[in-house]
Amino acid sequence: MAINRRTFLKAAGLTTLAGVAGHAAMELLAPGALEASGAPKVGEYPEALTAKRWAMLIDTEKFTTAQVYQKCIDACHVLHNVPHIPGDQEIKWLWTDSFKHVFPDQQHALVPERIKNQPFMALCNHCDNPPCVRVCPTKATFKRDDGIVMMDMHRCIGCRYCMAGCPYGARSFNFWDPRPFIENIDPYYPTRMKGVVEKCTFCEDRLAKGQLPACVEASEGALIFGDLANEDSEVRRVLRERYSLRRKPSLGTDPHVFYLI
Amino acid sequence: MLEKALQGNKAYWGWIASLLVVIGIGFVFYVYQLQQGLGVTGLNRDVSWGLYIGQLTYMVGIAASAVMLVLPYYLHDHKAFGKLVIFGEFLAVSAVVVCLLFVVVDLGQPQRLMNVILYPTPNSVLFWDMVVLNGYLFLNIIIGWSVLHAVKKGVRPASWVKVLIYVSIPWAVSIHTVTAFLYAGLPGRYFWHDSLLAASFLSGAFAAGPALLLLILMIVQKVSDLKIPKEAIQTMTKIITYAWAINLFMVLLKIFSAYYSQYPAKMAAFDYMFGGYGGEQLMPWMWNFVFLGVVSLALLVIPSTRNNPVTMTIALIMVFVAGWIDKGLTLVIGGFIPNPFKVHTEYWPTIPEVFISVGVYAVGLLILTVLYKVALAVQRESAS
Repeated sequence: MAINRRTFLKAAGLTTLAGVAGHAAMELLAPGALEASGAPKVGEYPEALTAKRWAMLIDTEKFTTAQVYQKCIDACHVLHNVPHIPGDQEIKWLWTDSFKHVFPDQQHALVPERIKNQPFMALCNHCDNPPCVRVCPTKATFKRDDGIVMMDMHRCIGCRYCMAGCPYGARSFNFWDPRPFIENIDPYYPTRMKGVVEKCTFCEDRLAKGQLPACVEASEGALIFGDLANEDSEVRRVLRERYSLRRKPSLGTDPHVFYLI
Repeated sequence: MLEKALQGNKAYWGWIASLLVVIGIGFVFYVYQLQQGLGVTGLNRDVSWGLYIGQLTYMVGIAASAVMLVLPYYLHDHKAFGKLVIFGEFLAVSAVVVCLLFVVVDLGQPQRLMNVILYPTPNSVLFWDMVVLNGYLFLNIIIGWSVLHAVKKGVRPASWVKVLIYVSIPWAVSIHTVTAFLYAGLPGRYFWHDSLLAASFLSGAFAAGPALLLLILMIVQKVSDLKIPKEAIQTMTKIITYAWAINLFMVLLKIFSAYYSQYPAKMAAFDYMFGGYGGEQLMPWMWNFVFLGVVSLALLVIPSTRNNPVTMTIALIMVFVAGWIDKGLTLVIGGFIPNPFKVHTEYWPTIPEVFISVGVYAVGLLILTVLYKVALAVQRESAS
């Protein structure tokens, strides 16, 4: 059947009418239901913490022992249902390692004893130019406008290309079903399934509720979190005053985790 | 034409049956891996790709090498390759199927495979690898099948097939190039981050692929009435010799740029692989690669050993095995060690991983057997 212009216009007009009427009817019967079915809008929650560019500073002078770090790690891992899997198939969002491992290119024979022996915190660097986002074939890992590098665990196919791409070893893969390895499951945060990649998200779930990241809260001032784009923010003030290092700057990933020395 | 694969003698059916058994065993292990997760493999946080992705890498090269028959035959009218081109194309078909299966068995969530197509991501090399591999598969199925159909009917292939054949030549180069870009485009992986990687992939493939094809054809010649023209063998072994020499030269280039510059991160990869610093898992394999590579090159360069069927066969096997050590094992694993923290975490495949891989290869051999059976039957009929 061929459709001429007249029939087409009639059909188009009728469908538009039906659409408008349908919309009106929906608004009458279930107000707000149509809006609710759309994509959620960021910034809907008045209490949410927002920034143009989130960044984290790690004050290594305040972090001197593994115990202090452990509080931050526990806060993070308990809150996000990160499983305890022994061996080299482990999951970790936040952990510590030595200076020579965290900064392999800064290593020399005369590094001060304090630096050499103290643990350094490692986590996702939420890069401005993240290789993991570039290589992901399904957009399961993506960067938000405020700089947080996110994981969509429902989109991830488990190809682990992001793990090959990340030069900071910040990504973990669920080689096993993680649930049996979680001591007490926190019902307020989803657990993951086997076969997907996960990592630190700068606690975007807490930011949305107006809370600082769990590790920052547990650190008693040793971790500073804030908006790098805002000149008056604390992170900017501290970075103006103190010397800081970033991991592997020569790779051009532009990490947004700064180590205050 | 496919019905011709259903006629065969006892040996043929025995071969098919044993392949099916191997596929079945592999499948059982795959179901186990699906249920338990990739934890059943030897992979870990630091070495996140292993045996599976290594086989993908090597088999992409085997697939691409079909162009070493297609190009001389269609562009330079090298008539000796006339009856063999179809076998090259069908080897490419089975090799690409093997590649795609290795991607699937490597996924943590294989049922989400279609996300790659549902959410096309042009910034990911993996997306393009999917595009070029599937494209090459279809090209070779269509070309091989329609050329064979033309042979059966005793007519010349349609002109659109010619167009596809010309398209398939650069396409073959693209599949191995894009696969090399999977690795070469990553920051901080010093062993892979190498502008020559695609070129060295191709040179290795253009040696190992024709070597495998020639070995398979010699077996086919034993069990059927296929006759490989002597001139075809000579041309192929010469191609293998040059490609292999270039491949080994590229290995030396890498070693030079790492050690003369004294660039620590670049040296670390070779220190581990050849010197065993931080672990000895890959060291014996690397030295075997060197031994096989050098000896096979010598056997291929010297005309008397290249033209002697026995020494030539030995050289071909050596090239194939050395190529497998290089691309199928040490390239992928070696790229992850040492890890971003300069820590050496070693990897070795587990039993499920090995059986799943063998099963995938058996699928490839099954497809190859069926396609070759059809091709041989059609060629025999048209000759009589």
